[in-house]
Amino acid sequence: MTASLKGLVLSGGRSTRMKQDKAVLAYAGETQLDRAVKLLQSRIKDVFVSVRADQAQEATRARHPQIVDGEGVEGPIAGIRAAQAADPEAAWLVVACDLPLLDASTLDALLASRDSRRVATAFRSSHDGLPEPLCGIWEPRSRDGLEAFLATGRNCPRKFLINSDTLLLDQPNPRALDNVNTPDEFQATSAQLAPSDARRALRVQYFALLREQAKCSEESLQTDAATARDLYAELTARHGFTLPADMLKVAVNAEFADWSRPLAAGDTVVFIPPVAGG
Amino acid sequence: MSTFRFTRTAIDGQALRNELLDHHCGGYAAFEGWVRDHNEGHAVTRLEYEAFEPLGMKEGARIVEEAIKRYGVTRALCEHRVGELGLGDVAVWVGVSAAHRDEAFKACRFIIDEVKHRVPIWKKEHYVNGDSGWVNCERCAADAHSHDHDHHGHDHGHGLDHG
Repeated sequence: MTASLKGLVLSGGRSTRMKQDKAVLAYAGETQLDRAVKLLQSRIKDVFVSVRADQAQEATRARHPQIVDGEGVEGPIAGIRAAQAADPEAAWLVVACDLPLLDASTLDALLASRDSRRVATAFRSSHDGLPEPLCGIWEPRSRDGLEAFLATGRNCPRKFLINSDTLLLDQPNPRALDNVNTPDEFQATSAQLAPSDARRALRVQYFALLREQAKCSEESLQTDAATARDLYAELTARHGFTLPADMLKVAVNAEFADWSRPLAAGDTVVFIPPVAGG
Repeated sequence: MSTFRFTRTAIDGQALRNELLDHHCGGYAAFEGWVRDHNEGHAVTRLEYEAFEPLGMKEGARIVEEAIKRYGVTRALCEHRVGELGLGDVAVWVGVSAAHRDEAFKACRFIIDEVKHRVPIWKKEHYVNGDSGWVNCERCAADAHSHDHDHHGHDHGHGLDHG
């Protein structure tokens, strides 16, 4: 039988590289802990915040139902273990609080592909291909293995998933699990998530007929367009492009891309008119 | 060196052929696409080719790799010209060496066909009457279903004799 699902947002990190408590960093006026809880609550009824005992009274954490780490284990795995102790029958959808780009479509992909017969369902990192333990579903059956793993003195959740029967999925949005650990990363991500700046800085290069119609071979622009399709519509309005989007292909960062791919700040976009080599 | 290249200067078929020499090979097939003086009833005076080279080189190399795998040939190369071309200039060169001729011919044909459809290269024709236009017919929306050169060769040849 498939275990019922509860949500856990890990907030017990020590934020040493950030030099301030990561859970209360605010994006678009909202702490990332609140953002993460709200995102999970959009999909799961019971959502808890995982805290260390000495963090329980902190104002942002105190707003949410909490699960306090037990003794004897350090790090994110302590939070997972405490949640499993609090409800051993539940499967836990665990996310770290410091994933500001985590989106509903990523959670939906995880939920849709969940295989409750496995120990866990998680994403393959788009950076190194290894499991991302801090956005995944930990089934009740992972508990015994986890205890055994901890008993050997190890506490890396990623290592645990590598050595367990984990279903690994490709991320629908490759940046969704980028975590933010340093003040520089925070600044860059803030700019990306600020509401007045849902606008992104992009570079667009033009070739052939589009170059002639745009009257330039490239331009840098700020846009609200979320996808290449939206961007082409915006640029068609500006430049009077005559080719309909369905006759074109699109490339992002010099590789063919899907029209619905979300655009990120710094991307270089090329719209490809019907080709005629040879 | 990459198996798919762009060049701004005249294509040197002899030098490219020499890169394909291999004692395991019993044959070599090459194809040259030339700039032709007419297309779809218009007298053509010259052509311009333009490419999105970073992606074109990747996609072109993927095509050559596919051909080598698919037909089991020994070596293959393709070079495409960009910039201004006059009548008779070589616009594209494909060469394949293989143990046997059949695979060489097939791989050569595969590469030119795929390059024409997949690599981001565009061609502008300049006509005698002073007009010009970007050729963009093949595999456009109306033509997406058809890829049959025997039937479409004459109608869809875009200034080259192999259309």
